Amino acid sequence: MDRTPRLVQGNQAIAAAAIYAGARFFAGYPITPSSEIAEECSKKLPKVGGMYMQMEDEIASVGAMVGAALTGSKAFTATSGPGFSLMQENIGMATIGEVPCVIINVQRSGPSTGLATKPSQSDLMQIKWGRHGDQAIIALAPASVAECFALTVKAFNLAEKFRTPVILAADEIVAHMRENFIEPLPGELEVIDRKKPSGPPAQYRPFEPSEDMVSPLAAYGSEYVFHITSSMCGPEGYSNNDPANATWKIKQLHEKIAMHRDEIVETKTFDADEAQLDILLIAFGGTTRVARAAALKLRQEGVKAGVLQLVTVWPFADLEVLKYGSKAKTVVIPEMNYSGQIADEVKRVLGPAADIRRVNKYNGEVITPQDILQVVKQSN
Amino acid sequence: MSTVYNLKREVEKPARLTGGHRLCAGCGAGIVVSGVLRALDKEDRAVVVNATSCLEVSTFIYPYTAYMDSYIHSAFENSAATCSGVEAAYNALKRRGKVEGTVKFITFAGDGGTYDIGLQSLSGAMERGHDMVYVCYDNEAYMNTGIQRSSSTSRFARTTTTPIGSAGQGKKQNKKDLTEILVAHHIPYVAQTAPIGNFKDLHTKSYKAIYTEGPCFLNILSPCPRGWDYPMAQLAEITKLAVDTCVWPLFEVEEGVWRMTYTPKKKLPVEDFLRPQGRFRHMFKPGNEWMIAEAQAYVDQKWESLLERTGV
Repeated sequence: MDRTPRLVQGNQAIAAAAIYAGARFFAGYPITPSSEIAEECSKKLPKVGGMYMQMEDEIASVGAMVGAALTGSKAFTATSGPGFSLMQENIGMATIGEVPCVIINVQRSGPSTGLATKPSQSDLMQIKWGRHGDQAIIALAPASVAECFALTVKAFNLAEKFRTPVILAADEIVAHMRENFIEPLPGELEVIDRKKPSGPPAQYRPFEPSEDMVSPLAAYGSEYVFHITSSMCGPEGYSNNDPANATWKIKQLHEKIAMHRDEIVETKTFDADEAQLDILLIAFGGTTRVARAAALKLRQEGVKAGVLQLVTVWPFADLEVLKYGSKAKTVVIPEMNYSGQIADEVKRVLGPAADIRRVNKYNGEVITPQDILQVVKQSN
Repeated sequence: MSTVYNLKREVEKPARLTGGHRLCAGCGAGIVVSGVLRALDKEDRAVVVNATSCLEVSTFIYPYTAYMDSYIHSAFENSAATCSGVEAAYNALKRRGKVEGTVKFITFAGDGGTYDIGLQSLSGAMERGHDMVYVCYDNEAYMNTGIQRSSSTSRFARTTTTPIGSAGQGKKQNKKDLTEILVAHHIPYVAQTAPIGNFKDLHTKSYKAIYTEGPCFLNILSPCPRGWDYPMAQLAEITKLAVDTCVWPLFEVEEGVWRMTYTPKKKLPVEDFLRPQGRFRHMFKPGNEWMIAEAQAYVDQKWESLLERTGV
């Protein structure tokens, strides 16, 4: 196996990682800046016995993905901005139907067509709350080409393990970035497959309550005959409007994510282990790289600065943010949106007394280390 | 206004899609759109609705616009719905005597925005019966996002999502027959045209579509030098070859009556159309003769059925 580093684009790494993770079905619709994922899949999936299906729009893409996932395949789709908006209803369907699948959202600016197709990190609340109804979601945000690969594999693993849609919240920065990259060998990264039923088919119930809150999922076309619906349903998969059942189901959808948060939530730290910090930068996605550059510069100037990277964006890393945030005099959050979607979460965790500084850029340009340093120096 | 076509008179009208837009050299879209808008009577106003497309990004670049008429770009999937709203509200005001003058409502969308993501919106607008024209400028793939296949892409064509290699040889499916889908809506006027010759066919059909009351639909072939991979100076030849090989026949369906508007003097073999285009290059490799034969058979079959319907 060739172990020479190759210059790989983030989107290419995502497509390669999906195949590595066992994905064999892609349904999608072209949209910049995610189209390379579709193009890669159209070339590579047929070579591994997989299927690339180009759909008539994003509603169809996510619909086909859900259908394919229920035949036992690992299925995914990729989109951006307006396409992600169109996908919302069916992502909700995957949530209530507990259908394992992965949606890549290469974030670009908005609202609507917006600054097509410039980078942005402004879909975080849409990723969390974009569907009607109350639900929990998992979202991961890569900061490099290597993480595009690793987190795509992780996204499939979490989707399979917890029977849920997982969003890879990439951004245009990492998706179009090219870096030296060595693809992991088979076996080097863990690949998880969904739990399958083993009992008698006649007794199979697709939403059987279980201790880990994840029931085995059979495959359409197998000897297991089962129903999945976007409506509220009971353990046997049939529509059920009983208030007691709805209480159980909504609670279960939230708690199956909450009770496994330690497996789901991943953070990384850079120079953040001292007992006291002057500055803690909390960053995610492409902006992490900028935060690290700013922190290094501050270190050179004698400022005790560190970085907490939110690899998992949702569920939010409350414990980690509290642990690192409470030992810093000032917390700085760079993000490519106006409203401070992550800064508000950090404020919720650290409380109103914390010195929280925001660095927001929403003009299609990438935040620079200078942008961060300027805000840091104002606060000192 | 005389309906007899006079090229000199038409080109002397002030352009309603002005020069200076950023469409590629050798692109059909600019000619299609300026040709349709030229059919408007000088004194009439228009509202142009545009789906997300090459056309939209190239004719409406900050801080410029190429349109002399009012313009709205909403999204990719709903230009017909947006146009429905503009038309319905304007005509409601007109019926109540609150506005005066003639305003025409014209939507432009590419094949992606029409055959695929916008089909539901288009079908709804045609069925409700808005007094509007919907123009599909058909370049047979998603050129704006980097040449991915659409349901309008013809069989065997190479695109970035129907690559040529060991696992595939271009698109596997035939082109969707959108014009027939629109005919099935039983609207007053449906036509298929292309910017050939002195644009008489394009002009006459555009005029009819704009000035026929009710929903009208034009499907207009719009070659793309990037996606079709032909030298940009050959736009006129490529368009003409599409028509003369009967790959893209010119016809209209007016109140349900089919009429051929152009019959080639000599029907050319389909390979004359395929050969100059890079997207079909693999069809000419030894061993792939069957592809050309199947493409020819498909064109022949469609052409025969059109001859029958138009009573030629």
